[in-house]
Amino acid sequence: MRPFAYHQPHQIPDAAKLLTSIEDSKLVAGGMTLIPTLKQRLANPPALVDLSKLGNLKGIADDGVTVTIGAMTPHAVVAASKLVQQKIPGLAALASMIGDPAVRSRGTIGGSVANNDPAADYPAGVLGLGATIVTTTREIAADKFFLGLFETALEPGEIITAIRFPVPLKAGYAKFKAPASRYALVGVFVAKFADGVRVAVTGAGPGVFRVPQMEAALSGNFDPSAIAAIKIDTDGLTSDIHAEADYRAHLVTVMAKRAVDAALN
Amino acid sequence: MGNVIGIGAAPKRKEDQRFLTGRGNYVSDIKRPGMAAGVFVRSPHGHALLRGIDKSAALASSGVIAVLTGDDVKADGLGSLPCGWGISDAQGVPMKEPPFPMLAQGKVRFVGDMVAFVVAETPEQANAAAELLAIDYEVLPSVVGVLEAVRPGAPQLFDDVPNNICCDWELGDKAAVETAFRKAAHVAKLSLVNNRLIGNPMEPRAAIAEYEPGTDRFTLWTTSQFPHVVRFLMGALVLNIPQHKLRVVAPDVGGGFGVKQFHYGEEAVITWAAKRVKRPVKWVASRSEGYISDRHGRDHVTEAELALDETGKFLAFRVNTLANMGGYLSTFGPNIPTNLYGPLLGGVYTTPAIYCNVKVVFTNTVPVDAYRGAGRPEATFVLERIVDVAASEMGIDRVEIRRRNMIPKEAYPYQTPVLVQYDSGDPMGCLDGALVAANVNNFGIRKAASASKGKFRGLGYSTYVEACGLAPSRFAGRLGARGGLYESATVRVHPTGQVTVMIGTHNHGQGHETTFAQIVSDKLGVAFENVDIVFGDTDRVQFGMGTYGSRSLVVGGAALSKATDKVIAKGKKIAAHLLEAAEVDIQFESGKFSVAGTDRAKTFEEIAGAAYVPHDYPLEILEPGLEEQAYYDPVNFTYPGGCHIAEVEVDPETGTVTLVNYTAVDDVGTVINPMIVEGQLHGGIVQGVGQALFESAVYDEGSGQLLSGSLMDYCMPRADHLPMMKVATHSTLCTHTPMGVKGCGEVGTIGSPAAVINAVVDALSHLGVTHVDMPATPNRIWRLLQNASLPVAAE
Repeated sequence: MRPFAYHQPHQIPDAAKLLTSIEDSKLVAGGMTLIPTLKQRLANPPALVDLSKLGNLKGIADDGVTVTIGAMTPHAVVAASKLVQQKIPGLAALASMIGDPAVRSRGTIGGSVANNDPAADYPAGVLGLGATIVTTTREIAADKFFLGLFETALEPGEIITAIRFPVPLKAGYAKFKAPASRYALVGVFVAKFADGVRVAVTGAGPGVFRVPQMEAALSGNFDPSAIAAIKIDTDGLTSDIHAEADYRAHLVTVMAKRAVDAALN
Repeated sequence: MGNVIGIGAAPKRKEDQRFLTGRGNYVSDIKRPGMAAGVFVRSPHGHALLRGIDKSAALASSGVIAVLTGDDVKADGLGSLPCGWGISDAQGVPMKEPPFPMLAQGKVRFVGDMVAFVVAETPEQANAAAELLAIDYEVLPSVVGVLEAVRPGAPQLFDDVPNNICCDWELGDKAAVETAFRKAAHVAKLSLVNNRLIGNPMEPRAAIAEYEPGTDRFTLWTTSQFPHVVRFLMGALVLNIPQHKLRVVAPDVGGGFGVKQFHYGEEAVITWAAKRVKRPVKWVASRSEGYISDRHGRDHVTEAELALDETGKFLAFRVNTLANMGGYLSTFGPNIPTNLYGPLLGGVYTTPAIYCNVKVVFTNTVPVDAYRGAGRPEATFVLERIVDVAASEMGIDRVEIRRRNMIPKEAYPYQTPVLVQYDSGDPMGCLDGALVAANVNNFGIRKAASASKGKFRGLGYSTYVEACGLAPSRFAGRLGARGGLYESATVRVHPTGQVTVMIGTHNHGQGHETTFAQIVSDKLGVAFENVDIVFGDTDRVQFGMGTYGSRSLVVGGAALSKATDKVIAKGKKIAAHLLEAAEVDIQFESGKFSVAGTDRAKTFEEIAGAAYVPHDYPLEILEPGLEEQAYYDPVNFTYPGGCHIAEVEVDPETGTVTLVNYTAVDDVGTVINPMIVEGQLHGGIVQGVGQALFESAVYDEGSGQLLSGSLMDYCMPRADHLPMMKVATHSTLCTHTPMGVKGCGEVGTIGSPAAVINAVVDALSHLGVTHVDMPATPNRIWRLLQNASLPVAAE
């Protein structure tokens, strides 16, 4: 690890100011990705801006039609939240499948969404539910937020403060864990709303994506059988030592079926 | 006063108190006054010419003390890292043995090959300086697979090793095998890969070296399974340090599995550097560094053929293997796929003729050496897989074909056609016990239940034997060992009757401090708590070959038993004097020396006290003191073995294999501590399951980059991958070790891969699947099902 300055602001404007005034400085939330990267000397930020002392970034609230989760809320809290379990059980289930207990205790929803790892779980939940990313400067729809491999619509100095999820009629998540890392080799989130179904896939490609064919089929008949015959194009899917692209494509259909099954049960 | 806790008891492990309360003393816990930090700069290329190194920027970097390279090694006239075994081909031509410089000279041959050593005040400063080293590489094409390495036109690692073949080794009667194949009613054939593995001990490797100018002595603290061997190899053959001027300490070590039983270049470099910089120097490997520098294991490509008569009797077995050595010869490297592989191809069967050819091949990968089981899992996998293939092709039940060929209990001692003679065993008894324990009779019900959920269930057997307790020196010497393989123990009885044992084996998780204390407690009748076991320090322990090859109890325990017998013999002389009786009339039992037929007796403590207070001693015939030493060199290997039965469930939709049941009935000879034996079996089985289902070191052909270079990509088995295992022993006693022990450290790893893969193949056999390579990952199984000859549907 190389030396760096460490800041722990108490006010959001102070954090944003540090971030813009120190070139290449990095925000640290749970640090589950950043700290290992620093230890391996793969990143060399001159300063870290720790978000843990900022007020109002933790916690879960509900206004009847949406559930809002503070950016610094750890995965374990979301997984154990009675409110999330009741309103969006698929999202609580997703949080319970991230990493291991240590990661779930430290890692945060804001950190995961801002990092946009192509195999992370939360992006599937956020895109699948059509959530809104609330930042220090604006609100961004999930469909406009995830821009590909580790890229998001966040501007320099912009900090995620919360994620607002619409409450679906039904939702479910199914994840095929990569054997070693336990990230999603393929993870599929399905959510049924009054006006249709959304299907979001993580792990299979360079970034989270929706599957319009499956959404259309499930909007007509929200049952695993409706998508059993849908095959995903392998173009653009990831191929690595753990899974070839055609296997990942196959798993998208299998996991989508299982996600629908989970949503129905 | 505590109690005697003897052979067969299962006390909790003495050493766990300090391990579980964070009071272990590992190399990385040690701090020396004025200690500097060292980091190794390693090749990022699989194969490259080393054109030059510009140290100037690194030397100018903050806190840097020294930057050492291969040129400095050469200038100081230091030796190459030695190989402990010299094998030969059938004509007696010795293997090619190119030098293995401790820092690369002129060329790098694998990603991780050491190029420079940077010493600085802190690890951060050393790392920062390492990045400033300007190294001029001319990158060459790499070759990482054995099939590719022996092809004409392949990149050549060494100018004087044509086709990258280190040795073309063979064993067995080739002509007799050919004759038998001509007469065979059936020939089963199998091509397979034994996947490359990375040991991943919990504690990464580390070392600290210190030079004291006042005494001209060096001390090396290192994460080693055999400190005395490191002292000899490094001191005598690499650095030219006299043995009496070099102390090697291997304190608490967090797991080895073979990875820490070699003399590594890092040890030599850091010891050499400590004198040059006149400061103690410390290096601790990161996990990532371990992946590209800890010696790897396995990595074979094999073609095997089994000849059978019309009744399924094995007539002959022929095996041709290409074994990967990596970029250089490691300490035991060439011994593993030859001497520890070929002689095991007889298994538990009466196969009369066996021939084995192994081409030992250099590639641009981390050197390959012993990893738990070392050669014997590879042999067992070939044999136990082809037995299943033959059974299936001939329509004979897999258990039945094994029974028809098994060596009956009465036939021991049994001479195999491949050098080794099994002293004892009862493979049929292990098989029968395992069939009952695994509830094989009701497998059909379980298979139907899986089918009703759309899953395929399979059962796999592995009836196997291994050779361990390494090793009879005379035998090993004939096979090319350049050292002996005995063990030593000293039993020091203090004036108060407490006992300190100095032993040459090394405890790094196996529970020696408990097992060996039980042996002493049992034999001398002293309290278990009054026995301490000292190991891992060349200044405190007389000598030793260390811990590997399931040898600690078998060879070290035997030395301990012999030394303890000598203590009793000396005690009898003392007792005879004190009790005014003839020595022949003295009996020793339950911690008491007594005159036969009388009530006159002295306790062990009284005898110990008298030994050190010899006021009234016949000094002309009796020395004061009570301390004895013994060396033990075994007359034969030991041959543990058994029957493993794995049961798996395959999800055809995803290709996931789940191990649902596992049963092992093993013959490990006398059991000293059943709890520790059970733990060793569990751990061994898990490592074998890891090879079968999860683990694989994958290199990129061409660039030589290790693609599975972290725990994110190299899948270790985890608790939730495993069922509760049923483990039992069915022991016959070894006829030539003092206590009848056979060793248990590796049996689990040796028996299990074949059992698991045989179960996977069984689960998929109705689809025409006849073999599955390891690891049986979901992607691999799914691919097989895509190509299967029958449509995928649960039965």
